Amino acid sequence: MKLTKIAMAAAVAAVVSAGPAMADLVFPSLSYRTGPYAPNGIPFADGYADYLTLINERDGGIGGVKIDNPECETGYNTEKGVECYESTKNIGTGALIYQPLSTGITYQLIPKVTADGIPLHSMAYGRTSAMNGKIFKWVFNYPANYWDGATIAVKHAADMEGGSLDGKSIALVYHNSAYGKEPIRTLEEMSKEMGFKLTLIPVDHPGQEQKSQWLQIRRERPDYVFMWGWGVMNSVAIQEAANIRYPMDHFIGIWWSGSEQDVLPAGDGADGYKSLNFTGVGTEYPVFADIKKYVVDAGKAAGDGTNLGTVQYNRGMYAAMLAVEAAKKAQELSGHNDITAAEMRDGMEALDVTNATLEALGMPKFGPEVHVTCENHGGSGAALVQQWDAKAKKWNAITDFIPSNRDLVTKLAMEDSEAFAKENNITPRECK
Amino acid sequence: MLYREAGDFKTTYREDNQTFPIKSERILFWAAMAFAFLVVPFFIDSYWEKSVLVPLLVWALVALGLNILTGYCGQVSLGTGGFMAVGAFACYKLMTAFPDLNIFFVVLLSGCVTALVGMIFGLPSLRIKGFYLAVATLAAQFFLIWVFNKFAWFYNYSASGQITAPERAVFGIAVTGPNAAPWATYLFCLTILFIFAWFARNLTRGRVGRSWMAIRDMDIAAEIIGVEPLKTKLSAFAVSSFYIGVAGALFFSVYLGAAEVTEAFGIDKSFLALFMVIIGGLGSILGSFLGAAFLVLLPVLLKNLFVGSLGWPTDVAAHIQIMLIGGLIVFFLIVEPHGLAQLWRLAKEKLRLWPFPY
Repeated sequence: MKLTKIAMAAAVAAVVSAGPAMADLVFPSLSYRTGPYAPNGIPFADGYADYLTLINERDGGIGGVKIDNPECETGYNTEKGVECYESTKNIGTGALIYQPLSTGITYQLIPKVTADGIPLHSMAYGRTSAMNGKIFKWVFNYPANYWDGATIAVKHAADMEGGSLDGKSIALVYHNSAYGKEPIRTLEEMSKEMGFKLTLIPVDHPGQEQKSQWLQIRRERPDYVFMWGWGVMNSVAIQEAANIRYPMDHFIGIWWSGSEQDVLPAGDGADGYKSLNFTGVGTEYPVFADIKKYVVDAGKAAGDGTNLGTVQYNRGMYAAMLAVEAAKKAQELSGHNDITAAEMRDGMEALDVTNATLEALGMPKFGPEVHVTCENHGGSGAALVQQWDAKAKKWNAITDFIPSNRDLVTKLAMEDSEAFAKENNITPRECK
Repeated sequence: MLYREAGDFKTTYREDNQTFPIKSERILFWAAMAFAFLVVPFFIDSYWEKSVLVPLLVWALVALGLNILTGYCGQVSLGTGGFMAVGAFACYKLMTAFPDLNIFFVVLLSGCVTALVGMIFGLPSLRIKGFYLAVATLAAQFFLIWVFNKFAWFYNYSASGQITAPERAVFGIAVTGPNAAPWATYLFCLTILFIFAWFARNLTRGRVGRSWMAIRDMDIAAEIIGVEPLKTKLSAFAVSSFYIGVAGALFFSVYLGAAEVTEAFGIDKSFLALFMVIIGGLGSILGSFLGAAFLVLLPVLLKNLFVGSLGWPTDVAAHIQIMLIGGLIVFFLIVEPHGLAQLWRLAKEKLRLWPFPY
């Protein structure tokens, strides 16, 4: 034990003495490249890192200040997530933004970042009610949240039925965790409003075994199946659905259940499967030429360069883009380039990404417009529906961005966030 | 030489029976305690607290609890994760139902609740042994996790099933919640662990501990000489679950601050605790600490070494770390099946005779 301690001290000393370059903008990446969720975690982390590398290589950083992107492996595990947060938050002049890509870790970090004063961006995951900026000052979840996703999926199903879901049935296959449970309240509310029957079918972590769940679906034959899955659970569910010959165009996944890694294992059986998405797919955007030139061909890509254009890669890029834009905004607001975490937060709160901004970045129509305010940390809440074409091995967007039922989402988010504020003695701040 | 017994005379039975009979060992122990209580709190930062020391203390308490059951009483348990969850959820319910109750008592009460649950799941041990009992406790693990996930009352009907620890204080100093100072949480856990380890050490040396060991070594013989299996086994389950419940409460309220039952208290936690006990040394208080240190500190150390100092990619480091730790576990089990505690015992034996072994 003594030896371990000495070696430990030596290792820590080495870490401290190595230290990063001075005065970088630190965007830590809590990634997971191992474990059951790695198939989705790897391309996302690659996209995030590659976009930041592009900004460093092409533009010389943000406003002339380079970005430091220390990576820490969480394995989608909360304890490791805490360790990663603690070990990266003081790098250089301090971390500016956290994007853990895990609802569990997000819940864990919400109180911590609030105490430490570091903004947390859970892009379309995490705690939905964090969209209430009056109560969650340091937490952002733009451009959309799970409850938006639930209403959009219901809307799409209603459109397919010609407007009404009365008397229909919807089964929700969900990851039995904080993440998967998120949409239940919204769907219950909507089932009362629109008259469809909701069946809840939980799948336990990690979701490799779903025989009994799909047997139930085979027996009950719900008109629609929605899925809130992640990692290996997605591909297993899609395979099972193909096995019981469930009509794939009635099987709709949330945006985290719709990447290439999820549908490819099921082969032709996955043809017609739908999922929501809030970013464009493919490499037909001008920005990819730059990524190819400055990052991949220069040998600086985070992965092997094969993930470019995939759903999760593009999403990681989008997350990085939003962080970079917020940092630019923060530099503009504060008037200097070495921004602090608090200034970064102000930048995120004033973030305004329009179609013109996206166009200028070489990503026209890549994602929805994002407009963040003091009250609304949740963006616009729009998402599109994409469908898998197994022959071409390609996702095709079949709708434009569909706005969510924001009245309902806001109402539920207010209730939930106010309950949270009461439980934790938080006084909502005033928004001017 | 270092552990010299010469000149260390005992004149009373009391002195002869003390925990550390050798003087240099006593000095070492008290020096380590003084360091842990009086020096560390002044230097601890939030990284050392949240990533190294508090997890170490909490896991040491878990290992201690499991060691009482498995190491001293010989009842194999794979339900540790489930019992930790009982402690955590009892703690959460008590914290939210009685906001004015001191967190120290909340933690103790959570232990009591877990002791009751542990005794219920310990009942099968009167009929079944060994692997079969392991399977019965495995059922406890899955059942308890299912209960805490299924019934919303346990997590106060929150939408996500997450439980979050509100801020609670001891003597006006916050020890739970995000605003708790590193030294406060560390000292809170250390104090509890110190008391509990002290108690466990003396419990296992006394009549109760001896009856546990009698049951472990041969239950029929023990029964013949008058050790009641019912009382003995259930008391082992109760005490062990009490420790694990307290550890679970600390794990949730002080260490993590928020928890999700399937993720935080899964079956992997049960195995981790069992590995700690086996690697540290079955039936040894020191072994519980060594096993916990081995499995908590080594991954953090390797991560800092590979990623921090050598600059390896995080995924390569994570995979190598898994392989290395797995390899080390196998290595230790082959080379020293009695665990790290036995290595320490042998080292002491050698030190006593050094430099003139015979």
